[in-house]
Formats: sequence, structure tokens, C-alpha cells
Amino acid sequence: MAKRVLIAEDEPSIVTSLEFLMRKAGFETRAATDGEEALSLLGTFRPHLVLLDIMLPRRSGLELCRLIRADASLAETRVLMLTAKGGHRDVERGLEAGADDYITKPFSTQDLVERAKGLMAAAGSASGEGQ
Amino acid sequence: MLQGWVIITVSFAYIGLLFAVAWFADKRAAAGRSIISNAWVYSLSLAVYATAWTFYGSVGRAATDGVGFLPIYIGPTLMMLLGWFVLRKMVRIVRLNRTTSLADFVASRYGKSALIGGLVTIIAVIGILPYISLQLKAVSNSFQILLGYPEIVMPPKVGSMVVMQDTAFYVALFMALFAIAFGTRQLDAAERHEGMVAAIAFESIVKLIAFLAVGSYVAFFMYDGLGDLFARAASRPDLGILMAPLGAAAGSYASWVWLTVLSMLAIIFLPRQFQVAVIENTDERHLRRAAWVFPLYMLAINIFVLPIAFGGVLHFPQGEVDADTFVLTLPMVQKAEGLALLVFIGGLSAATGMVIVETIALSTMICNDLVMPVLLRTRAFRLTEQRDLSSLLLDIRRAAIIALLMGGYFYYLLAGEAYALVSIGLISFAAVAQFAPAVIGGLYWKGGTRLGALAGLSAGFTVWVYTLLLPAFAKSGWLDAELVEQGPWGLELLRPTQLFGLAGLDQITHAMIWSMIANVGAYLIGSVVRRQSAAEHVQATLFVDVYQQTGEPGSAWRGATSASALQTLVGRFLGPARAAELFMSYARLRGVTSVDELEGDRDLVRFAELQLAGTIGAASAKTMVATVAQEEPLGLEEVMTIIDEASQVIAYSHRLEEKQQELESATLELKAANERLKELDRLKDDFISTVTHELRTPLTSIRAFSEILHDNPDLEGVERQRFLALVIKESERLTRLINQVLDLAKIESGLAEWRTAELDMREIVLESLNATSAIFKARGVQVEMRISPVTPRVMADRDRLMQVLLNLLSNAAKFCTPGSGRVELRLSCDASTVRVDVSDNGVGISAENQALIFEKFRQVGDTLTDKPSGTGLGLAICRRIVGHFGGRLWVESEPGRGSVFSFDLPAAAGAADPGSLAAGA
Repeated sequence: MAKRVLIAEDEPSIVTSLEFLMRKAGFETRAATDGEEALSLLGTFRPHLVLLDIMLPRRSGLELCRLIRADASLAETRVLMLTAKGGHRDVERGLEAGADDYITKPFSTQDLVERAKGLMAAAGSASGEGQ
Repeated sequence: MLQGWVIITVSFAYIGLLFAVAWFADKRAAAGRSIISNAWVYSLSLAVYATAWTFYGSVGRAATDGVGFLPIYIGPTLMMLLGWFVLRKMVRIVRLNRTTSLADFVASRYGKSALIGGLVTIIAVIGILPYISLQLKAVSNSFQILLGYPEIVMPPKVGSMVVMQDTAFYVALFMALFAIAFGTRQLDAAERHEGMVAAIAFESIVKLIAFLAVGSYVAFFMYDGLGDLFARAASRPDLGILMAPLGAAAGSYASWVWLTVLSMLAIIFLPRQFQVAVIENTDERHLRRAAWVFPLYMLAINIFVLPIAFGGVLHFPQGEVDADTFVLTLPMVQKAEGLALLVFIGGLSAATGMVIVETIALSTMICNDLVMPVLLRTRAFRLTEQRDLSSLLLDIRRAAIIALLMGGYFYYLLAGEAYALVSIGLISFAAVAQFAPAVIGGLYWKGGTRLGALAGLSAGFTVWVYTLLLPAFAKSGWLDAELVEQGPWGLELLRPTQLFGLAGLDQITHAMIWSMIANVGAYLIGSVVRRQSAAEHVQATLFVDVYQQTGEPGSAWRGATSASALQTLVGRFLGPARAAELFMSYARLRGVTSVDELEGDRDLVRFAELQLAGTIGAASAKTMVATVAQEEPLGLEEVMTIIDEASQVIAYSHRLEEKQQELESATLELKAANERLKELDRLKDDFISTVTHELRTPLTSIRAFSEILHDNPDLEGVERQRFLALVIKESERLTRLINQVLDLAKIESGLAEWRTAELDMREIVLESLNATSAIFKARGVQVEMRISPVTPRVMADRDRLMQVLLNLLSNAAKFCTPGSGRVELRLSCDASTVRVDVSDNGVGISAENQALIFEKFRQVGDTLTDKPSGTGLGLAICRRIVGHFGGRLWVESEPGRGSVFSFDLPAAAGAADPGSLAAGA
């Protein structure tokens, strides 16, 4: 069964590129262009990985990240934070909020895919036996 | 029975009694129980005015001039009754300045001028010598007459015997010894002589008793009372005229007036009067008692003058007896030995009193104002290196006393025979009257200067020498009598006794008129021609305003100083009001209700010093306080220097204060500027951060799609095309963004180029519509135009204005409801402004977002749809462009009802163009 990736990003062309890359890597994707939409998809879609833009409208990526970490049912969900600013503070804040990894825009597509796979492999090996 | 040894023994016994009185007074003073600090003693000591001249001479004068002797006593009476406030002011000044003599007083008033001190001393010495000689003459004559008892023999002619056998010489010698013994036993710092004053008061009583005794004897024993005496006198034609108040013999009005004025001045300016009345005064309040006691004394000692004179003339009708000796010869002729001896003692008393006080006063002046200034300036004596000069000072004074009495004796030898007692005395009066303009002017007129005083004193003294002293010398044969009779070089106009043809006056009146004209004239002219120095001005103020500078009269200098003096000192630097406030609060701390109740103790001195230290620094404050808190005042130059320096320091600190204030305000401005900078820095950081974010976003897409296309050569054609289109679109966005960021940066930094010209607004609006028609058509938006027929021109940059219009129109197209979109463009104007409105029927903008959209990188879009493809800088740039040309850009909107973006610009002056073009498109 394909792993599920939620793309939470408000820039349409970036969403398009991320969808293409994740599908090509063999993942099932859904996209949300704001925080609220992403939140509702978390419950229904139950992604293994969230590609989370830190600057989302309506609910910020940081807030969303904290909600994911607070929700026990989403304990298996990994969070890869996407940030366009690249400043130390954003990275720190992202990791503090509970992100598993982060990547700075513009990113290398190869790098992104490898990290996404890596995160899900770790999650899969940790919880795979249980399923 | 009245042998020589009896007279001499009694005389010495009497002198011994005087010494005893003086010794007692000194002892009491040392014990702190002064007997002279008493209004009665003070009043009696003033009676040193009545000398042998009064004792013997008044009768002599009355015998020839009748009541003409009176002005000499009316003057002092008037002065004490009416002019006592002058004395009071001098007493105050003397106490505050620790003045030691008349010369010191005048010198001190005129900037502490040593020259003036010396001049006053010389005038006083030369002027008083005749007066001293008068006393010698009176004592020696009375002694010789008494020695001839029971015969009445007039003394031999002056100079007819060898000096060693001349009684007057021995009188002079002994008097010098008395004076030395009384006045120079010890050096008194304050120049006060308590013993001397007590002895003088005592001798005043003795001479009054003696005179009243002889007067009563003549009136009531020799004759049957005053009525009998006057009736007998009236029956004699030569005596009758003496009783007419202003008869020929009594002198003219002018003589009366001038003699009265002269003696008014004498009661103050005779060195001995200044000594007892001013220097020796212990309490200003004593003056009030003296103001009536002294005139009473004058009345008492004069009451029997006319009766004795009449008695004498009646008894010695042949004129064989000198009228100056009637007082003594009348008792003698009646064989009243005891009374005659009492009279002699009375006369001796009057003479010694005068000589002692006069020579002590003069010797102080000679020592302090004549000899010491010279000695101290003469390096050969090396006086400045010696620490204790007191014994030298005493020696100088002793020598001066001897010299004065010898001088008096030689004057007696020279001129003693030629004049009656009264005339000799008046010459001295006229001399000391020369001090009046400088002293009285100096007390009440701050404008009187050192130059004026020098000129006045010199001029008056010169005239005095010429009109009084030279004639006296001539009369005694020392000078050629022709000088007086013919005038020098035969110039009658310059005759000393009828100067410039002024004739018909007695010698004294004549001399007084000319000397006073010269003196006062020179004083005024000298004072006016040159401004006084700062030092002089300080002293002038100290003298004239002496009451403003001290507390209530009688606030004694207990301890170190007085509170009022300290307050005055502090007030000089801090301002009187501030000083009064400070001292009052200090007084309250001490539990007293007024500053005058404060004692001038160490604490108060320290308090004053502290107050001053705050203004002029501690060192200067200490020195300044020392000027009022110690015995010896600071040299004037030092005080002036300190005041100068202090005022410079104050001025300097004022400048510093100003600088500090400037610095403070500059610091505040800097702080504000720094805050603004910080704010700008923060905004810049935000901006850069935002720009970075905005740049990264399209770049992210471009990179991602480029890599996808590169890594997936087998992509389907459609997908490949879609991705390539996105790369192109994002590249365009990136380019636009970079351009706009640069554009905004240029505008904000003021580096943007503005090609401002007068533009036709209508033309620009039409052109912008043309440029955007494709976008509207593509989105199916209907555009309406309403353009005012009369379109003013505006001053603006054509391209920039186009940029604004294109931005607004493309925004309108973007936010319109696709398919049913409607946009309206309106151009209108009034007298001063041109206005453009662009309205759409889109979703509208909420109130809180209306302000935000003009900020950089603030995009408000419909989040349910795709994000608007703007950069978030367009409206920010537009607002800046419109603002640059003096207009405003704003939005009116309601969510769901569309938005209206409007801007206006000022119309170019007088550029209204009644064009024919109407709206429509």
C-alpha cells in the first residue's frame, strides 16, 4: 500500500511540482493550499508525511505542526518543513514545533525526494511490524 | 600763698587725678565693664570742644565783640541737634571699616588712597598747630599771671626770653609727656582709648565747674546779680553796643553765618572731635543723648561769658588787663586765691584735654597715613619682613606727639603774640573745614571720586594757606607785611586778605568764602571729569549705602562678626533676596525668629562660607568671609580680584550650562534619530526577509520544474508543455518582482528619476485603457469610461502615471468576477484637482485589509481561488508615485460589493482645457 503524503503549500506552481515528485516516488498525495484545509485533510487522509510550508495562510505551518505533535493519533506522521526564508530562527522554531526535518526553498528535487523517502522508511520500520 | 611750687604741685596733683581716672577706666574696660560705654560719658567727652579758647578766649572776644563770640557755640549746637544723623552714619562706617582716624576715613572712602590719607594728615597737622599753640599760650599766660599774685601783671612778650626760661616751652614739654602717657602706653588694635575718654569726660566736668564758679562769683559776689551787671554795662557807651545782637561790634550777617557754619564743621572735622565723637563711640544710640546734653553743656559754659566780660571791662576800664585773662584776673583782684587756683586748674584742664586728644588723634594719622606708608614702601627699611611692628608704631606716635607740641610751641613763638586766642582757633577751624566737601560729599554722593577729593582738598588748603596762614606770618613779622598789604608783585587783585577785590569782610569770612568756592568747585569738577575706578566705586557704595549693608543700629560685633554682615556678604554673591531667604531658614533652624537675633559665631560663619562656596568656590569663600569675620579687612585689590574672578567663573559656568543644555537636546535628538534608525533597520530587515521570501518562491518553482524536466526526458508532451509554461510564468514573475523591488528602492531612496512635465490626463487615461484592453477582453470584463469634457492638465511623469493606471486597471481586471466582470473608469475634476476612479464589481476588500494592501508584499486575495499573480508591491509603488506628485491614492470597498480605487492630483496652474472630447467607449 502506497504511503500517503500531504502537501500543504499555498503557491500553486510549487504544489504542482511537489505532487509530480511525490507521485513519481510512488506516494499517494493530497494538496492543501491553506492551514484549515490541511487540518481537515490530516484527519481524513491520515498522511504518513506532511510537506508543510511554514508560511501558510489561515493557519501557519508552525501551528499545524504543533497540532500534529499534540494529536496521539498522528504519532506516526512525519513532518518535513518547507521554508523560504532560511533564517536560523525559522528553522529553530520549526524544529521546536516538532518538525522532523526541514528543507529550504528553492530546494533540490533529488534531495527532497530522498529526505521524504528516508523519513517514511524510518517511520515504516519503526511501526511496520505493528501493522 | 600762691607760690610757684604750690601751683605746680596742685597742677601735677590734678594731672595725677586724671591719670587715676584713666587707669580706673582702662582697668574696668579690661574687665569688660566699660564706664565709657555710657551716653553721659560720651556726651561729656564731646565737650573736649571747649578748650582754653572757650575758657579764656570767649570772654576776651565778648569784651570786644559782645555776642559775637556766640556763633562758635551755636554751630556745634545746631550740628548736634540737626546734623546728628551725619555723625551716626560716620559712626556706622567707622565701626564697619575699623577706621582709625579722620585721614583713614577720607582715604578709605576714596578707594583707600594713601595719597588722600597723607594729604588729609598734612592739612590737619598744619591746620591744628596754631590751635595747639593757643593752648600753650593760654596755660603759660595763666600760670605766669597767677604766679604774679597778688599783683596783676601781664606776661612778658613772647620771645623776649630764653627758651629754657619760657614757661610755654615747659608747658609744651609736659603736655607732650601727658599725651604720650595717655595715648601711647599700648597699641590698641581698634584705636580706642577708654582711659583717655574717661579722663576727658572728667576734665569736662572740672572746667565747667571752674567756669560756673567764677561766673557766679563775678555776677553774684562782685556785682548784685546779672541784672545789676547788665544795667551797669548798658550805662557805658562802649559796652552798650556789645549787647546789640548784630551791632557793628558783633560782626556782619556774613560773619555770623560763616562762623556758625565753620563751627558746625569743626565739631565734626577737628581731629579730636572726630576721635571722641566717632572713633571712640561705643554705641550709636549714645548720639541721641549727646544731641541734647552737649548743647546744654555749651549753653552752661557760655552763660557767664558776657557777665564776666562786662565785669572785667567795668573793673579794668583802662584796658591794662588783657580781656582774655578776665576769668583769672577778676578772682585775683578780689583776693579769692582758691577760686583763682580753681580757674587755673579749669583752664589747664581744658587745655590738656584738648592737647592730649588732639595730639593722639594727629599722631595716629601721622603714623598710619604719613610715616608708615612711606616706610613700608621704602625697601631700605625692610619693614615688610618684620613680624611685629607694634613697638615701632608706638615710637613713631610718641615722636609725632613731641613734634606736634614743639611745632605748636614754635607757632606760638612765631605768631602767638599777634593774635587773640579766638583768632588763632578760627584759623584752625578754617583749616579743618576743608575736609567738609570731601567727607560730606563722600557720605551722600557716590559720584565723588578720588580725583575730586584730591583736587578739592588741595585747592581749599592752598587758599587757606594763602588767605589765612600767610597773613598770620606777615602779621608776626616773619613775612614782609607788604605781601599782605600790596599783594604779591604789587598785584592788588591777589592781596591775601582781599582776594580778587573781595573787601569789607573779616579775615575768616573772606578766607572761608574763597576756600570753599575753590574746594567745592574742584571737588565737583574733579569728580565729574573722570570716572571712578571699580575699587573706588566699591568703597563709595560701602560708605553711601552703609545702612543697607548692615542690620539694625547697635547690632554689636559680638564674637567674630555679625549675622547681618555675613548675610550682606553672601548677598553680594547670591543676591540679597536669596541670602535673606537662606539666613532666615538658618535662623528658624536655630529657633530664633529673625536673622538679627543670630549670633555671629563660628557656626554662622561656616554656614555663610558654605553658601558662598557654592558660588565662588571654597577658597575664595573663605577669603571673603575672612573680610567680615576677622579683625583686619582684606586689601581692596584682593577683594576686587576675587569678585572679578568669581563673576568670570559664574559667566563661564553659565556658558557651560548652556552648552550642557545644547548637548542634552542634541542627545535627545540623537536618541530619537537612533530610534528611527532602529525602526528603519527593523523595517529594512523585514523588507529584505520578505523580498527574499518573495524571490525564493518563483525560484523554487523554476528550479523544481527545470529539474523535473531534466530528470524525466520521457515526459508526455502535454505535461512537458505545462511545466515549461510554469517555468516561463514564474520567470516572468521573478523578473517583475526584481524590477519592482528596485523601482521601490529607487523611489524610497530618492534616486528615482522623475521626468516631470505638464500632461493631458485624458490622453493618458485613454492610452492606459488601450494597453489593458486585451486583459479585459481575455477575462470577459466590460469596461466603461466616464471622462470629464473639461480636463485640466497635471504636472507628472508620463510613464509613472501610466504605471499607476495600468496597475489599478489590471488589479480591477484580476479581481473582477470572471465572466460577469464590470469595470468603470472615471476622470473628473474641479478647480484644483484631477481625480481618477477605477471601480470593479469584484469581491471587495474588508475594512481591516484596506489599509494593509498599500503596504509592501501585502496581498489580499480570495484564498479560495488561486493566489493573485501580483508581487505585492504594485499598490505600494503606486501610492508613492501619486504622493510624489502631491496627490493621494485610496480605496473604498465593501466585501461583496466591489472596490473603488481612486487617486487625485493637483491641477497644473491655469491649465484647464475646455476640450470637446466626450466620454464613451
